[in-house]
Amino acid sequence: MLRLEKRPSPSRLWTGATPLLAVLLTMLAGGAMFALLGSDPVVAIRTIFWDPLFGEFAFYYRGQLLVKAAPLILIAIGLSLGFRAGIWNIGAEGQYIVGAIVGAAVGLAAYPTESRLIFPAMILAGAFAGWLWAMIPAILKTRFNTNEILVSLMLVYVAEAMLASVSSGLLRNPDGMGFPGSRNFKDYPAAHNAFLIEGAGVHWGVVAAMIAVIFAYVLLGRHVLGFHIRLTGEAPRAARFAGVNPSLLVVVCLGISGALAGLAGLFEVSGPAGQISIDFNSGYGFTAIIVAFLGRLHPVGILLAGLLMALTYVGGDAAASALGLPSAAIQLLQGMLLFFLLAVDVLANFRIRFGRTEAA
Amino acid sequence: MSEMLLAVEGLTKAYPGVVANDHVGFGVAPGEVHALLGENGAGKSTLVKMIYGLVRPDSGTMTWRSEPYKPATPHDARKSGVAMVFQHFSLFEALNVAENVALGMEDPPPMGQLAERIRDVSGKYGLPLEPHRLVGDLSAGERQRVEIIRCLLQDPKLLIMDEPTSVLTPQEVEILFQTLRRLSAEGTAILYISHKLEEIRALCDAATILRQGKVVASCDPRERSARELAELMVGQTLHRPSRAAAEPGEVVLDIDGLSVESSSPFGTALKNVSLKVHAGEVVGIGGVAGNGQDELLAALSGELSSHPTAIRLHGRDIGDQGPNRRRELGLLAAPEERLGHAAAPDMSLTENAALTGMIRERLAGRGFINWGKARRFAEAIIADFDVRTPGPENAARSLSGGNLQKFVIGREILQRPEVLVVNQPTWGVDASAAAAIRQALLDLAARGAAIVCISQDLDELMEISDRFAALNEGRLSVPRPTHELSIEEIGLMMGGAHGMEVAHVEA
Repeated sequence: MLRLEKRPSPSRLWTGATPLLAVLLTMLAGGAMFALLGSDPVVAIRTIFWDPLFGEFAFYYRGQLLVKAAPLILIAIGLSLGFRAGIWNIGAEGQYIVGAIVGAAVGLAAYPTESRLIFPAMILAGAFAGWLWAMIPAILKTRFNTNEILVSLMLVYVAEAMLASVSSGLLRNPDGMGFPGSRNFKDYPAAHNAFLIEGAGVHWGVVAAMIAVIFAYVLLGRHVLGFHIRLTGEAPRAARFAGVNPSLLVVVCLGISGALAGLAGLFEVSGPAGQISIDFNSGYGFTAIIVAFLGRLHPVGILLAGLLMALTYVGGDAAASALGLPSAAIQLLQGMLLFFLLAVDVLANFRIRFGRTEAA
Repeated sequence: MSEMLLAVEGLTKAYPGVVANDHVGFGVAPGEVHALLGENGAGKSTLVKMIYGLVRPDSGTMTWRSEPYKPATPHDARKSGVAMVFQHFSLFEALNVAENVALGMEDPPPMGQLAERIRDVSGKYGLPLEPHRLVGDLSAGERQRVEIIRCLLQDPKLLIMDEPTSVLTPQEVEILFQTLRRLSAEGTAILYISHKLEEIRALCDAATILRQGKVVASCDPRERSARELAELMVGQTLHRPSRAAAEPGEVVLDIDGLSVESSSPFGTALKNVSLKVHAGEVVGIGGVAGNGQDELLAALSGELSSHPTAIRLHGRDIGDQGPNRRRELGLLAAPEERLGHAAAPDMSLTENAALTGMIRERLAGRGFINWGKARRFAEAIIADFDVRTPGPENAARSLSGGNLQKFVIGREILQRPEVLVVNQPTWGVDASAAAAIRQALLDLAARGAAIVCISQDLDELMEISDRFAALNEGRLSVPRPTHELSIEEIGLMMGGAHGMEVAHVEA
């Protein structure tokens, strides 16, 4: 019989090794699934995990990887701070949408003025709007002790309704012949989040994601606030004893994650998506939750997890078109990844013992 | 030895880095009250966990009535007739007594029958307990009875009791001992774990003494003096805390009409607590667990906020100030619960040193923590207070209770407090560590600090405090000089046999 025995301290080795093991198991189980669907498992796995990085068209895919990974990383970094402290912002998608709408609105309001200040103003507006949207669950929680999971989640649907409304109403392109969707920022250089290096996939959102990773790393490792965040998550009573104000921490953590999600939305709408439309958002706010946990709520882990998740998107799209795999199978693969990660997670805190049970 | 109920031979269990039990052997006869005596970390807990099927030995044998005995789970152990009352109760406060008992049984009878049996057993052994009361409303002594009755309903042949008296008033201890003697007279063997020597001498027929995982002596405790037993246990001559008598100084901490609600639904509100603590003085606060000790500590540490003037430090109103502001002013505290309150279990000792040391040790500048300095502070605590650990990078939960407690107390003392409030400073701590902690508190007082020591260990309070007051249902008695008090008077100040006079409501 297998038994689990709690380790006296979490194993460093396994904390690092479990994500790799989870990826490996996902490849095995995913391969089996693809085989059942009638594809060559080796080719399918290679198309998803290998070709985008090292294949013939890698030069194109690598850029795509950064474009997909940046918003995931940016949002996940913000979420991880709250998650570390046991503050569950599930509504990053909403903050991301609202950040995009308000940021885009600032840019569109200035159209067609050309000024260097427009894009920075959009960035500030996007971050501020995301922050403001996150303040709703924060204040409701600290004032009325509501559940931030529910409030932030429900606000996603409010944000989606707002997006639908503005993309066919307030922000609709006046020259768009009645089609829903705003002006395209690609045609408005002052507000366009263009690639900084052509073809490399690096836009301001990627830069911001990198800065966020470093910022979070320093915050958690060196700063008193990061220490208080970790302490609150590990032992809430000890945190109070250490003088942490739990309400303030809720406001700060939700605020940071909201602002970063808003930023991600702004960079997405003004860059890769190009315009406010009813479906510009592509669900990054929810996927980022997976990325945050996949990266073990650690900044560097999130960086890697964001890239890995982007790889399954980019590689999955490639496999869907090249091998005719159904997109549901790709989603299943992403689900497997999370499942295996959580399953092998237990190895970090427990060791497996083999032994028989005997009746006394 | 053929009459032995349980015989243990060559039992060995190693954990990474330590051998918890090294070829341990002893035997328990039917009806015997057998003491397992040893310091914290001596291996008592590991040993009984092996007997109770919670931990599997690496090698060695156990025999139960001359049959091989290898419990793989507590379930197996209970089937053989072994029952255990843990030091920390595993009860649900929101459920009633009968429901709690049912949860711990192998196949509980219907509630009505169970309530009847609980009344029977509680009557028979002089442990009055009403099956329909909520556990959240019970005193610690009564909660322990729930655990004991849960065990007795299984009709055990061997009852293991882990430090059972640490939460009881002297009167409650006497009631417990009567119960245990009656059980023993009926043939139930009792394995009694403790480091309270007088208790063992009063109760036990035989004693096995463990030190560093090995059996160092087996003896009849009634034939040895407490001092001899202590020295066997510690392996060295015991040092008794002492200090020079000194005149108390001016009032440093002035608690005046402090009333606060508890933050937990089953907590006890403090009601109009008043106390003046002088520089250089140790005020001992006794009382049975759950009478407002946690709340008093929280109100003094700053975790619970009160009216500004209810607490004054050097004449300054601090009742509404948070923990860090109080630390700045010199009021430090060490709560009872080591893991999760005084320390974060999964964080390193360095991080735990920073937990309270941030302000006074100036471990942070402009919001950034100086981890090198925090580490040196942790190392200083480890060195000065003889904390046994490979180093400050180890997680707090990897330390034994006594070692972590030395760390927690040491952390506050090294910050040179003007007032130190401690709750249960030596709870679950071995004799030599307890002596070291008490000595450190007395030394601190001798240097002019005011100390409030909340404790349920009366011997401790008698030993170190200048004045004594008792908490009873959130009210603090008028403090009296300790040397004027007898242990009986103290017991009465604490509320007598707490809740014990409630006998059978119905037969």
